[in-house]
Amino acid sequence: MTDQQDPFIGERLKLSPFHPRQAALNLRDSWEAWNGYKFANYYYDPEFEYFCIRNTCGTYDITPMQKYRIEGPDAEAMLNRMVTRDISKLKVGRITYVCWCTDEGRVIDDGTVFRLTEDAYMLTSGSTSNAWLKMSAFGFDQVTVTDITDDFGALSVQGPTSCEVLKRMGLNGIENLKPFGFMEFPFEGATLMVSRTGFTGDLGYEMWIKAELGLKMWDALYEAGEDYGIQPYGEAATSMARLEAGFILPYVEFSESLKTVHHKHDQTPFELNLGWLVDFKKPHFNGREALLEQAKDGPEFILTKIEIEGNKPAEESFLYSDKACRNEIGYVTSAMWSPVVKSNIALAMIQTKALNGDIWAEISYRKELKPYWKVAKCTVKDKPFYTPARAKKTPPPRF
Amino acid sequence: MKKYDAIIIGAGHNGLTNGAYLAKAGLDVLVVEKNDYIGGAAVSRELEDGYWYSSCSYVCSMMRHVIHRDLDLTRHGLVLVPYLGTLAFGDNGTILTSYTAEGPNYNELKRHSAHDADAMFRLYADLERYSVLIRKTLLRTPPDPTSFKPRDIRELLFLAKTFWDLGEAELYEYIRFFTMSAAEFLDDYFENDFIKAVMATPGIIGTALGVDSPGSAYILLHHVMGDVDGNIGAWGLARGGMGAISNALAGALKEHGGEIKTDAPVDQILVKNGKACGIVLENGDELYADIVVSNLDAKRTFTKIVERKDLPPGIFERAENFKIRGSSGKVNIALSGLPKFTGVPDNRYINRGGQAFIGSMETLERAYDAWKHGTWSEDLFIESVIPSAWEPTVAPPGKHWMSNFIQYCPPQLADGPWTAEKRDAFGQTVINKIERYAPGFKDLIVHMEVRTPFEIENEIGLTEGNIFQGELTIDQLLFNRPFPGYAQYRMPIKNMYMCGSSTHPGGGVSSACGANAAREILRDLRKPNTVPEDDCYDD
Repeated sequence: MTDQQDPFIGERLKLSPFHPRQAALNLRDSWEAWNGYKFANYYYDPEFEYFCIRNTCGTYDITPMQKYRIEGPDAEAMLNRMVTRDISKLKVGRITYVCWCTDEGRVIDDGTVFRLTEDAYMLTSGSTSNAWLKMSAFGFDQVTVTDITDDFGALSVQGPTSCEVLKRMGLNGIENLKPFGFMEFPFEGATLMVSRTGFTGDLGYEMWIKAELGLKMWDALYEAGEDYGIQPYGEAATSMARLEAGFILPYVEFSESLKTVHHKHDQTPFELNLGWLVDFKKPHFNGREALLEQAKDGPEFILTKIEIEGNKPAEESFLYSDKACRNEIGYVTSAMWSPVVKSNIALAMIQTKALNGDIWAEISYRKELKPYWKVAKCTVKDKPFYTPARAKKTPPPRF
Repeated sequence: MKKYDAIIIGAGHNGLTNGAYLAKAGLDVLVVEKNDYIGGAAVSRELEDGYWYSSCSYVCSMMRHVIHRDLDLTRHGLVLVPYLGTLAFGDNGTILTSYTAEGPNYNELKRHSAHDADAMFRLYADLERYSVLIRKTLLRTPPDPTSFKPRDIRELLFLAKTFWDLGEAELYEYIRFFTMSAAEFLDDYFENDFIKAVMATPGIIGTALGVDSPGSAYILLHHVMGDVDGNIGAWGLARGGMGAISNALAGALKEHGGEIKTDAPVDQILVKNGKACGIVLENGDELYADIVVSNLDAKRTFTKIVERKDLPPGIFERAENFKIRGSSGKVNIALSGLPKFTGVPDNRYINRGGQAFIGSMETLERAYDAWKHGTWSEDLFIESVIPSAWEPTVAPPGKHWMSNFIQYCPPQLADGPWTAEKRDAFGQTVINKIERYAPGFKDLIVHMEVRTPFEIENEIGLTEGNIFQGELTIDQLLFNRPFPGYAQYRMPIKNMYMCGSSTHPGGGVSSACGANAAREILRDLRKPNTVPEDDCYDD
């Protein structure tokens, strides 16, 4: 094999700059794919890794997340035309969470916008967005959109000791960085950008480095984190932490509009409980008319946080307004037992008009292959299931 | 003079749980505590700069999820973190590692015995079957088998049905289980002595029984029936040490208007016309309440703080004879670095969780023999955890604290009372044994706290230092706990209750005793029940 070309080369996934270190720690060989990159589901034990996020600090490879540099005098206008939020208010050094829609007001994707300079932005998105960005730039002459995904390694560092680790790594002043801000630090002759962002609802940061310096950054970070419980985590732990934080996932909570076959299977921001991202006061944006129309009566369904009695996760459950399960009012999108609040939690699409009445979940589960069935009472929760105070504090506490 | 609705004696975790539920139901509640800190045996103390010892209890698996959630303990600062991997050390360099994933774990067992690796599956299935059953009884008041009250009959039927669901063959097995020794029980599964010894250790922790004593099989079950987020048998650490549990419960108590008074040792429960009506503190202060709840163990309650004349005949004697023998020691050690164990690779997961320094079945039984003779074995059993390797709040970065639980340590020595010298000699025996497995260990020691039953009794108030507030043998379990006829948390004096681990379901940081007692008190007050049902009935 040594002198032969790998016959499967075309089929193998791309490797992130952090791959060599991550592969060494992936004792369970549990890999998945994200945007063509090889990407860990988990490394050692999903629950242990989840607890690193809540207890010490974990790193999550977000290199496969798409990154676009949008630059030029028209960059602001172009982005503002595309996303539902008013980004003209975004200051240099700040970041905001956005979503963007079709003309029908259906969510295409969500992501973050970094204002790098007066005229330059970085947009991140879960899925590839080249075509949509090209279309969105149409008519704006002075803007360039560059896909910089493969040029950078991006690593999320989340958990209560994350700030201490970065401090110990030599990132002076990182403790003064506020949520949704970013700072730049010199690193090996290049620039290391660190943002106070994440997908866990906990204290955390995201590190952005030139791909060729990825391993050096990893080593410096892991050396600093040795005594602070640093550990890589994958998709499994992310999925748990984000549900406790009430964050949504594509293909789980929403169906990306451009890839959706049936016109009733995608969602508007209002349906996803992202109404706060929609700003009708700003100039025209994609989907405005349709969203205005929906804003009048409110959405028929709305994504809702619920707590369910008992300890059986309500995965794939239907919801009813009566215990006899005659009147269907919605369905669960994600569900799990929350280890940190010791509660059976879920996100669910529920008929807006049914929110004030009783909600029952029809739960099926298995014990040693044998299927069981139960109906459990649900309670609507307004706030995220877990919101540690440290996530918002600047400077954050030591652990 | 102010009169409370309820006074609870002892701010251990069950007293705080009881108080929190009574306060939540609208009662005016006071919890009095003899120490200047709360928590009883669920406590974190900074005895050396930057090192927070969980001085007594050190791991957690029985805490009822539903209470954690219902009292919003996470918001009050409680996060329970599971820890992984345990190293068990035998004689002549034998090591058994318990890995987190089934595959590696099986391979490791097979390295010792192919037969036992397979038998382990059967043991886990059997233990889980018994655990699932017994967990359903934890947050319920035991029925009185001699009563014809509808609720007692209902509860008896519940128990009967739960047991009957085991199936006929398993029902027989289960009954045997309560009277067997851990060794006899494990003989049914294993042929390798060391694997047997490793699996037998939960059967002796905290109990004055040996691996060969009838009854130790149940103790084994008691220690594996807990869970961390549904993983039965797993153990967790409280972030911030075990005191985080008590602090969170105290937070809930105070949020509902309850009060705590520390430095307030109780001299006596006041009884008037056959009814409890308050307490007298050791400083002579009298505090009044409609209800008095004792979180002290049954022996202490009825022989130390209740006047004999206030008790119906026979109760004093029952309390005197209540089996509450001390058998455990605890050595808390601050370390300047992680110990390095001979023969253990630098695996970031397994070399820092738990350690069990065992030897063999013979070692365990000999350690028990020494206890019977009023001394300790030079080769005693140590169960250790290094919590600082799992959570960052209890030691400075890069430094560690190690909890060492020791079986056995006698409450009374054959050669006279405990002295500081004898206590230190006991501590020395412990670190000598660890040093055998981790050369250089002694050089890492920054500070040490040695606790024999004598210290545990004097500081925490557990009679003889018994960690369960009374042995967990069938004569003292379920409707026999603490005494037959008094298992429903009501005591022989009117308006007096018990809420500690001397009551059902017994020892362990579960909050179940305190919650069950609160339910009974609210029932007597004809108030709506606010104590939730357990969430494990679908398991």
